[in-house]
Amino acid sequence: MADKVLDAKGLNCPLPILKAKKALKDLEPSQILQVLSTDPGSVADFQAFCRTTGNKLLEHKEEGGVYDFLIEKV
Amino acid sequence: MSEENGAKTIDPNTMSIIVTKGSLDWAYPPYILGTTAAAMGLDVTMFFTFYGLTLLKKDLNLKVTPLGNAAMEMPMAGGHMVMPNIVGMIPGVDAMASKMMKNLIKKNGVASVDELRDLAVEADVRMIACQMTLELFDYKKEDLIDGIEIGGAATYIECATKSHINLFI
Repeated sequence: MADKVLDAKGLNCPLPILKAKKALKDLEPSQILQVLSTDPGSVADFQAFCRTTGNKLLEHKEEGGVYDFLIEKV
Repeated sequence: MSEENGAKTIDPNTMSIIVTKGSLDWAYPPYILGTTAAAMGLDVTMFFTFYGLTLLKKDLNLKVTPLGNAAMEMPMAGGHMVMPNIVGMIPGVDAMASKMMKNLIKKNGVASVDELRDLAVEADVRMIACQMTLELFDYKKEDLIDGIEIGGAATYIECATKSHINLFI
């Protein structure tokens, strides 16, 4: 489903956001970036990031300590 | 803010940070907030003055000291080791504490200051080195990384009048 996957597992604030921003740069509008993170702070941070930048947080879930975000590029 | 002072014309996506401290621990807040704001689409300016200027040196050799840092507790063996001020006066303790902090940073997947700075440069964060501090501490522009500007208080104030968020760290 995702056009690109970013594995940010093991990275701490603010690296998942910074790397996601870079990854989004390579996508076309309405393409989808999947981000995998183990940083519990990234849940609130990706919501804030998407609200501010206009990118759409399609879904986020957690499984076994891994946070999984789907972001649609604006 | 009222309309008369022109607040309405300020782009909300603008931020400035005055960076005044240059130790390993104090290097993080400005670089984390600067890079994150840039990633969120803000125009960011960082003004490096006094000890903050050392964060622009080509060779970063940042240290942390327990001296005068009453809140410093290092996680150790499942608990926390407090660092009494007297400990900080013992030769070699700063080097040890700095090494411990760098190990913690690595272990926790926290970016190094070098890495965050590279990301700030890449994200076109505007960086201004304080001219007066350069002279005061006898640094040369060649000692600092490329791509930065040199400026003074008026340069910063002009930027601050155009920034929605202004931080002092």
